[in-house]
Amino acid sequence: MITAIFRLTNVQWRTPLTRISEIIAVAAIIFAAIGIIIDMGRPDRLWHLFVYSRLQSPIIWDVIVITTYLVLSVLFLYFPLLPDLPMLIKSKEANPKDFTGKLYRFLGSFWRGKDDQRKYSETAIRIISVMIIPVALSIHTVTSWLFATTYRPGWDSTNFGAYFVSGAFLVGAGGVVIAMYVFRRAYHLEEYITDKHFDNMGKVLVMLALLYLYFNLNEYLVPAFKMKKAEEHHLKSLFTGEYAMLFWSVIVLGMIVPVIVLMFKKGRRPLPMFIMGILVVVGAWYKRFLIVTPTLLSPFLPMYDVPESYTNYHPTLAEWAITFSTLSGALLVITFFVRYFPIIPIHETIEEKEAILNPKS
Amino acid sequence: MSAMTDSDKTEKRVPRRNFLEAALLTGITAAADPFTAFGSSGVAPSGEKVQLLSVTGEVIEVDKAFLKEVPESVVTNEEARRGMPGKKFVMVIDLSHCHNLKKCQAACNKAHFVHEHQNWIKVYPMQEGEHEAPYWQPTTCMHCDEPPCVKVCPVDATFKRQDGIVLIDNERCIGCRFCMAACPYSTRVFNWEKPEARPELENVPYSPETSCPPKMGTVSKCDFCPDMTRKGELPHCVSACPNGVFYFGDMNEDVVTNGSETVRFSDLIKDRSGYRLMEDLGTKPSVYYLPPVERLFPFEDGLKDKASKP
Repeated sequence: MITAIFRLTNVQWRTPLTRISEIIAVAAIIFAAIGIIIDMGRPDRLWHLFVYSRLQSPIIWDVIVITTYLVLSVLFLYFPLLPDLPMLIKSKEANPKDFTGKLYRFLGSFWRGKDDQRKYSETAIRIISVMIIPVALSIHTVTSWLFATTYRPGWDSTNFGAYFVSGAFLVGAGGVVIAMYVFRRAYHLEEYITDKHFDNMGKVLVMLALLYLYFNLNEYLVPAFKMKKAEEHHLKSLFTGEYAMLFWSVIVLGMIVPVIVLMFKKGRRPLPMFIMGILVVVGAWYKRFLIVTPTLLSPFLPMYDVPESYTNYHPTLAEWAITFSTLSGALLVITFFVRYFPIIPIHETIEEKEAILNPKS
Repeated sequence: MSAMTDSDKTEKRVPRRNFLEAALLTGITAAADPFTAFGSSGVAPSGEKVQLLSVTGEVIEVDKAFLKEVPESVVTNEEARRGMPGKKFVMVIDLSHCHNLKKCQAACNKAHFVHEHQNWIKVYPMQEGEHEAPYWQPTTCMHCDEPPCVKVCPVDATFKRQDGIVLIDNERCIGCRFCMAACPYSTRVFNWEKPEARPELENVPYSPETSCPPKMGTVSKCDFCPDMTRKGELPHCVSACPNGVFYFGDMNEDVVTNGSETVRFSDLIKDRSGYRLMEDLGTKPSVYYLPPVERLFPFEDGLKDKASKP
């Protein structure tokens, strides 16, 4: 999604960042889907979703947008990769039995780089960048509707779609910043991912964090002003109660501190950017926790005559294991991709450099 | 409803239906294979004859050994999803009579093999405001006419029947628990654990009407005991309550009963100012409450009962 906006608005400095953000998107969406399936009570009945599906259920909307987004994202990663593949094939010509050589030939041996192929590819990329924006917006909106279509305090909100979309933007940009820093250090890409890129991304992060803060203000201040009975228990648990520490840490460390640090030019250098990226991403994870858990502990009818363990929530070992395995699964996909494919688009970078050298052509 | 209130009639009706089903079954077996059915089927005639009514209306005599037992519950999944035609089941809960005895809960748990702490019936101590009077409030599934749970189910595993009952098909449920999040009455429970192996549940075919045997990884809830209703009997909670808190009946017939007293539903609601829970949410429940006025027991009674329990 970030890639698509960069492409459509023709942001000049985007090229080295497009592939990084796109592989993050693909890996994240794959493991988001797997995470949902693991959390089902009966994952063996996954096929029921396709055989008995009822379009009125927001879960089916989620199935539709996730699969659409996955397909579009994979294509969005693949098409811009095509012009790079002949170069990769060439690099492996000496050893025809090499596995990676076979992989490259399988993926891109049909690419000749002729005008008609390039025209088709460019048109396809343009169409996908337009399509992927509403689809990405709907992914986060539908996710928010899974909550907002219920009556529960903390979820029953018309603000939820925009709130989730802005939250996703922020954590997405934070993730890109972390990846930029890691890849730049690991592969010595200082020449391609420059301080200028960090500086620009820092400004983007400030804008997104402010936007998210604005939606948070809407989300909490308005119901807190009224303090309806059903909301009261939920809001108090966040503001002053059991979750106050976590709630205020997320607001301050995950949003306000990054905004302040990144307002300064010194704060937008690679290392502080990396630290702010981590703050944003970790804050975003706990933010999701805060959206889900306290609401579940604030039902309309009081919890009564239940075991003590029902009245509070601490993730179990199995839940931590699921969380960390999906996270590491996503990181593994990214690692494998980076191991076998150039993380900086070679062809686009060459074209760009040529354009700078010969501005007429 | 008349079948339920008139016990003589009930007793006559049920065996008569079984009798006809048995007759029908033997008729079919005989017609399909008239020779082998009596010859090589391995069943030796016992010599004891039974009189049956054939499909054409004649009384015939058949050896008892050739009769096959008809399983008691033969409600197909399709029938269970459709519900009983012409009915609209309602429940009325009289809060002035409840003092947290939880006999309803115990009977319900026993009948449905409900796992501990996953009660379908809950009895809440309610006190809305600081200076308001506390009272005990039993809750079942509200069997809403606009059920939020049914709205969100992605696979039609929970559904609204024509008789007003909301049921779960545990063989279809994928365990996403969206219905649990959607239900404002905290009615639904999730079967986290593998149900204990119970001898009485062996060879019992699953039916959404009995909700048994329970299935791990799926959602369960109060089902208004449609298996009992089909037999012309009252749900377990209704017959278990010694104080007559629960009235159950058919809104179309405008009659509800708590087992000992049978009254007009509309009169009961009118005379005692019946209301429904969380009316503002627009869920239109099928369960009505009678306010806790002129109480039979003080609220503290319920607390004592709980404390004295082992």
